[in-house]
Amino acid sequence: MTVAYHHKPVLWDVDYDAPANALVAIVGPNGAGKSTLIKACLDLVPRASGLVEFWGSPYRRVRGRVGYVPQRESVDWDFPVSALDVVCMGRYHKIGWCRPVSRAHKRAGMECLARVGMLPLADRQISQLSGGQQQRVFLARALAQEADLYFMDEPFAGVDAATERAIVEVLRELKRGGKTVICVHHDLQTVAEYFDHVMLINMRVVAAGPVGEVFTRENLHKTYGGRLTLLAEAAEAVARAGGGGG
Amino acid sequence: MWLCAQTSLGRSAEAWPTAREAVDALLFRAGYNTAIVVAGTTLLGIAAGIVGVFGLLRKRALMADALAHATLPGIGLVFIIAAGLGVEGRSLPVLLTGAAATGVLGVLCVQWILRRTRLHEDAAIGIVLSVFFGVGVVLLSYIQTMKGGNQGGIKAFIYGQTAAMSLGDVALMAGLALAAVAAAGLLFKEFALVAFNDAFAKVGGWPVTLIDLLMMALVVLVTVAGLQAVGLILVVSMLIIPPVAARFWTDRLRTLVILAAIIGGLSGYFGSVVSSLFPRKPAGSVIVLTSGALFMLSMLMAPSRGVVAAAWRRGSQRFRIAGDHVVEAAYEAGGRLALADKERFGVARGWSGVFREMTLARLRAKGLLTRRAGEVALTDRGREEGARIHRNHRLWEQYLISHADVAPSHVDWSVDQVVHVLSEELVASLEAELAAKGVAISVNSDAAGVHPGVGGRA
Repeated sequence: MTVAYHHKPVLWDVDYDAPANALVAIVGPNGAGKSTLIKACLDLVPRASGLVEFWGSPYRRVRGRVGYVPQRESVDWDFPVSALDVVCMGRYHKIGWCRPVSRAHKRAGMECLARVGMLPLADRQISQLSGGQQQRVFLARALAQEADLYFMDEPFAGVDAATERAIVEVLRELKRGGKTVICVHHDLQTVAEYFDHVMLINMRVVAAGPVGEVFTRENLHKTYGGRLTLLAEAAEAVARAGGGGG
Repeated sequence: MWLCAQTSLGRSAEAWPTAREAVDALLFRAGYNTAIVVAGTTLLGIAAGIVGVFGLLRKRALMADALAHATLPGIGLVFIIAAGLGVEGRSLPVLLTGAAATGVLGVLCVQWILRRTRLHEDAAIGIVLSVFFGVGVVLLSYIQTMKGGNQGGIKAFIYGQTAAMSLGDVALMAGLALAAVAAAGLLFKEFALVAFNDAFAKVGGWPVTLIDLLMMALVVLVTVAGLQAVGLILVVSMLIIPPVAARFWTDRLRTLVILAAIIGGLSGYFGSVVSSLFPRKPAGSVIVLTSGALFMLSMLMAPSRGVVAAAWRRGSQRFRIAGDHVVEAAYEAGGRLALADKERFGVARGWSGVFREMTLARLRAKGLLTRRAGEVALTDRGREEGARIHRNHRLWEQYLISHADVAPSHVDWSVDQVVHVLSEELVASLEAELAAKGVAISVNSDAAGVHPGVGGRA
């Protein structure tokens, strides 16, 4: 698969087969295409080439089985809804067109809020939640989707310790329930602790596989070092130009 | 603008209605026709308020303005074509169809510009809006020179004129408005989902583009329905002002929709009543002024989001912090504080005399201190309060020094901003955290008057 923005490829030749029932981290430097990879899988950005299959089917056939946690900054939190309202949005596809949210679905939403420790704040307007609490609302909404495969875009970004614990607990619970989670992750220190598999990317897949085999110093250097080398080259070029002119 | 000149010339000889006429119009008793027009415009206001909520939340409010302005060439074109064919061009459904066609074309132009160029939405809307309106004005001036072209009715589309509406016109307007209300009610959940998080909606399998189109279709319905009553220049205000005014009062989508409907309905009601009393007054402007007044009221008076409430909160917070300073200083000074004591009462250095007096009066009213000539003395309750503030202050200082690596000399200014807003839970967790780190918290319970701050570390 290759993804391009305005004809400029941002992600090259990604060929990866995610294992079932595993927690997979997508790791890489800023601008490596981590979010883009997820969005391309979910048809949110067009692919220049390539094929994404879920259980052997194209995405549009299996939508009901895929859950999504977008980046927290991607929405306007001043929207006039409560935490429970947002979580219930995860059940809209089960409710169907033009029908209101029933009591049963609200109860399901409350259960999902309880699983992320947010039950007492169910009625709170979402702008009055802390960043971590907002992230947990998004997680609860994904849980409400009752999917088999979850894509999460930086769920640990800028959250407090309590939220981080709650998210990790939910991830483990999902794994115990036979689910698969693919997670964009930025914190190298916790990769080995939280995830089974890791995919190191920097505009292409550097390495992918079980954390124990793949998450090595060499591979990390290849992932994060490439950019540094490029910068170093650019710096040299600038220096040469400056030296010639001066 | 020849349009402005003409409309304002015509109304020199208009008499004021009597009070009785005004009341009759307000109570739907000014004749069948007037009552129908008022009811229809009220319904239009309700529909616009509801549809506007979703447009606003989807951040498409100005798109409606482009749409409204782009209806003018459609009206002109249809009129000219009809006149050329020898058909009665002033048939409202025909004119509104033309209006909707070029209105939608205008929106498509905006979207095309956004997709194909690097221009931002504001620029794209500005271009489309003015060009389409310009074309419309050219067409109207051509219509004016046409033989038998009764352009008087056409002009009403620009500023709106409820009084000139026939019963059929009103029925059409009310029908469109009702359709928009019904559709918005049915698609409430879908609109909310797409407006809040379209990417999530798409992943969940919802056809986001179709839902957006439906939302836009409702905007078209309301805009076109309101052309004759409100006029194309101001119809967008019916879509924007009521939702924005309603947003000040609530954080709930359902309530927001209901309030926007009420505000929109009231505006439509007053606008058409006034328009019936002054037959040549453009109803659109009265509707906008009514909703504008309701907006001002909401902005100023709404309990939590309003300007006055916010200013009140800021003001009382300032007094509370100032009061805390005085009580703490008096506590550290052993319970009494001379107002002339520059060293201990230093916090008051920047205060105006009025502010100082008000602060002290507030503390006295709360029973925290008594005042004698030139000094204040804490009551028993005042001492308790002083001890509490003093303790919080020290706790926070210790926390900053031991946990946040703030240099001791820099502690005090950051303390002052935080210490007055600490909740009891936060104080408890501060204590626990400091105790866990083995930091002794020394609090001068006898208040010897030494500023203990940093020196209190074990």
